[in-house]
Amino acid sequence: MLLLGTITHIKQISRSPLEVAIAMVVPIVQATLAVYLFRSGGEQHRLIEAAVGAGLMGVWSSVLFGSGGAIQNQRWQGTLEMIMLAPRRPVLVILPITLATGLTGAYSLLATLAWGRLLYGIRLDFVHPAAFVVAAVVCIVALGMFGLLLAATFVLMRNANALTNALEYPIWLVSGMLVPITVLPAWTGPIAAVLPTTWGARALREATTGGPVWPSAGICLAISIVCLILGSFALTYVERRARATATLALA
Amino acid sequence: MGSEYAIEADQLRRTYRGRTGWLRPRRTEVDAVRGVSFTVRRGELFGLLGPNGAGKTTTIKMLNTLLIPTSGTAVVCGQDVVRQTREVRRRIGYVFGGDRGLYERLSALDNLRYFAELYGVAPRDQKRRIAELLDLVGLAGRERERVEGYSRGMRQRLHIARGLLHAPEVLFLDEPSIGVDPVAARELRRTVADLAAGGTTVLLTTHYMAEADELCDRIAVIADGRIQALGTPAELRHRADGRRVVEVEAYGVPDTAVSALRGLPGVRETAVEERGALQLLTVQSDAHVDVQSDILRELAGIRLGRVSSREPTLEDAYVAIVSSS
Repeated sequence: MLLLGTITHIKQISRSPLEVAIAMVVPIVQATLAVYLFRSGGEQHRLIEAAVGAGLMGVWSSVLFGSGGAIQNQRWQGTLEMIMLAPRRPVLVILPITLATGLTGAYSLLATLAWGRLLYGIRLDFVHPAAFVVAAVVCIVALGMFGLLLAATFVLMRNANALTNALEYPIWLVSGMLVPITVLPAWTGPIAAVLPTTWGARALREATTGGPVWPSAGICLAISIVCLILGSFALTYVERRARATATLALA
Repeated sequence: MGSEYAIEADQLRRTYRGRTGWLRPRRTEVDAVRGVSFTVRRGELFGLLGPNGAGKTTTIKMLNTLLIPTSGTAVVCGQDVVRQTREVRRRIGYVFGGDRGLYERLSALDNLRYFAELYGVAPRDQKRRIAELLDLVGLAGRERERVEGYSRGMRQRLHIARGLLHAPEVLFLDEPSIGVDPVAARELRRTVADLAAGGTTVLLTTHYMAEADELCDRIAVIADGRIQALGTPAELRHRADGRRVVEVEAYGVPDTAVSALRGLPGVRETAVEERGALQLLTVQSDAHVDVQSDILRELAGIRLGRVSSREPTLEDAYVAIVSSS
């Protein structure tokens, strides 16, 4: 069920002309951004780290906009009522959608690395290549689960779209995708510590430049499982509330 | 199982609450359904007939678990729609009219595979079931095309196939023929009739009289959130017994003339249907009063086409019921 649902939603998302156009352009912009940021900082030797961080930004954007808007998108398509009518737990219906946004975001990670190599000659020398692949998979699945919590909570908010836009850049920063979190103000520390993106970014960075990958990947996965459980309860509540307030359909 | 009824609705009510305005928000309340009760026997094809905004879709959505009733109870296949939601969902199918509700960028086959999984069709049965349904709705051979290239009629047929994937005991059809061309609508009626003949209980909402008349074992006429009449098509037709109908084709009839017709002795109902430049006036009157000459006198000076007098149909009975609500 989860596998077929995820494949179905990947097909649906990846055939959107808007998504394809964004997927073509955004990785180039991100690779360029990362390269110039690090070059101007005189950190030429850390370009690979910059490219990985920029790629992860793409995964986060995909999850944030895709999962955050998952329920709203289904509502606009008129498919929300039909999928919620299925005799399944709501989490089993919505999780494939948010996993699909994480997986389509994985393309962004790969494309950013590829453009970094092609345009800027970044050498893709990973200290732990196998660990990098595992960490990337963990990160993408974890973000899919985090996306479930976003999907469930955003649907309760009247102005979720505005919040989505406002969350994109702060999470990049706080999670240390481009800038090390050690240079950020101390008050951001607790926020960073509970975000799976922070630990996912750290695991990828450690796999790239060397360091203990598995603790970071494990914490990333553990936080995401908590998000999955919370999201599952939230979705059950949301579904019941939507049936009471008549908000499953567009009209 | 036990009960002979597939659907039992008892005093169902649904109030929509909303809020309008930013600076001074005002709460609004609309009573869409105001105490609807009826039963549908297993295997029966039951019609819910009414004008737009009458409460048909709200009623169907309370029965199929998409909406929680404000008050009242509903039991489908022996399961309560509020407390035993998942059990109800396993036993029902839902098809609505219009061209939304499908994954446009996927093929019909992808859509059916996904919903088969979602609706719990056993993996070993999925391929056979999907092939059967594609045959049933006449989409075999077109199943690998993307839905975005489908005509409205093809989408509607795909909707039906999707609704039948898990072989539901009860099928809810909410205005399935809306916007479908006459040939496709006839095919659709045949499919629905075949399903009912095969033992599926069908609850159909429509505002097409001919559709209800042709298909339904019994019809409930709903207006203003309440059931105004319930019976077989023949029984409902009797509501217009003792009446006669005069139809006049006219061009440019002013509202004052229509009002004047309503005031004529013996006239019970009047209706005006716009057909491009032409207006079709339908005047129902007591059968023993000849109103035709009075009507023509009131319409003097207006360009007229065909004028005819006939026995009332189910549509006339429906107009009489809805008008009196």
